[in-house]
Amino acid sequence: MNIVAEVLAGSKRAVARAITAVENEYDEAAGIIKQLYPHTGKAHVIGITGSPGTGKSTLTDKLAKEYRRLGKTVGIIAIDPTSPFSGGAILGDRIRMNELTLDEGVFIRSMGTRGSLGGLSRKTAEAVKIMDASGKDIIFIETVGVGQSEVDVIKAADTTIVVLVPGLGDDIQAIKAGILEIADIFAINKADRDGVERLNTEIEMMLDLNQAMVDWRPPVKRTVASKGEGITELIAAVGDHVDHLHQSGHLTVRRTERTRNELLALLDEQIGRYVLKNITSGGQFDALVASVQNREQDPYSVVANLLRQMLR
Amino acid sequence: MEKRIRVLVAKPGLDGHDRGAKVVARALRDAGFEVIYTGLRQTPEQIVEAALQEDVNVVALSLLSGAHNHLFPRVVEMCKQKGMDDVLIVGGGVIPDADIPGLKAAGVAAVFTPGTPTSNIAEFIKANVK
Repeated sequence: MNIVAEVLAGSKRAVARAITAVENEYDEAAGIIKQLYPHTGKAHVIGITGSPGTGKSTLTDKLAKEYRRLGKTVGIIAIDPTSPFSGGAILGDRIRMNELTLDEGVFIRSMGTRGSLGGLSRKTAEAVKIMDASGKDIIFIETVGVGQSEVDVIKAADTTIVVLVPGLGDDIQAIKAGILEIADIFAINKADRDGVERLNTEIEMMLDLNQAMVDWRPPVKRTVASKGEGITELIAAVGDHVDHLHQSGHLTVRRTERTRNELLALLDEQIGRYVLKNITSGGQFDALVASVQNREQDPYSVVANLLRQMLR
Repeated sequence: MEKRIRVLVAKPGLDGHDRGAKVVARALRDAGFEVIYTGLRQTPEQIVEAALQEDVNVVALSLLSGAHNHLFPRVVEMCKQKGMDDVLIVGGGVIPDADIPGLKAAGVAAVFTPGTPTSNIAEFIKANVK
């Protein structure tokens, strides 16, 4: 059996190998995705994002267990940062998910960001497709610990849960513009700590000011993931959001937008690769660099000429 | 994009000390590897399954409890059972010299004992990874 057939049959080893192929951009990667693509689009993709240390991994672990109890199969993509200096990474999210390792209905993959800046890894979307085609019902994307503007998760997820914790004081101010806007659901984790009421009120007040949410107001749910508290309520909120996505037609809108973005990104990537291979690799390009450097030509004219040559 | 070496650093069995494993994990990160660390007290079954899902090139086992003669070969054996013959398996920790030939015969490619410079581990992996 080839790798595509094995992925479709749910083989974990095949899924693992396919993800490696796309992540390392092996020659066979495009062929794998091409053949798997007709089998994707069935899973519900849940993004879990929030600052470092808010408990994203523990929450993901508990949510996954609850979905398993409900009879769903689960894929998890756990992303941690790649070092900009060595290119290496410590991927440690599995530490919180060890009880899921031997569950036949769960597949977990850790990914390094490998230069991606939006909170995801470069090939997150492809990994989602592979898990989706392998038959996973629910796929979690756990982002890196984010700051203010790493919001790529909404491009990949159907439902985005933003995880906050009490006691970070004015941090709520800092997230007002950035990750506040991407939440479909807020989870206040570590809700047994002081300051939970204040945080809850602050989120609700900000939501009151948001005019864009005409038909879905993100619910605010409290959890203590380490004790398993609030998990069923959070899953109920996801269920409400799924219903809303279907009834309002927003699921189609989101997925159309995603497909459009994917096509643009792929086009961008392939054009970039073509340029690297055909234009910048020869000695002629170095001569152009020198001519711009010496003010004999300006960069805009050089690029316009190159484009004309390329598109001829 | 070049292939990036992925290493699972694992602590098998009942051993609550992972300072050494963390130092090695950090050193391998600095050598440019993607290091998956799964925490303490893992069974061989958990380690091999995690290695399979993560599609790692290397499994690095750290053990201080004395059960290496049982647990290391068990991980090697289970990797083979799952068809993961191409995974390089190395071990480290407080391991008597007398035990090392037996572990190597069982399929552990190298054993790094206390005092080994971490750069040796990274170099060995780079030279022997399949």
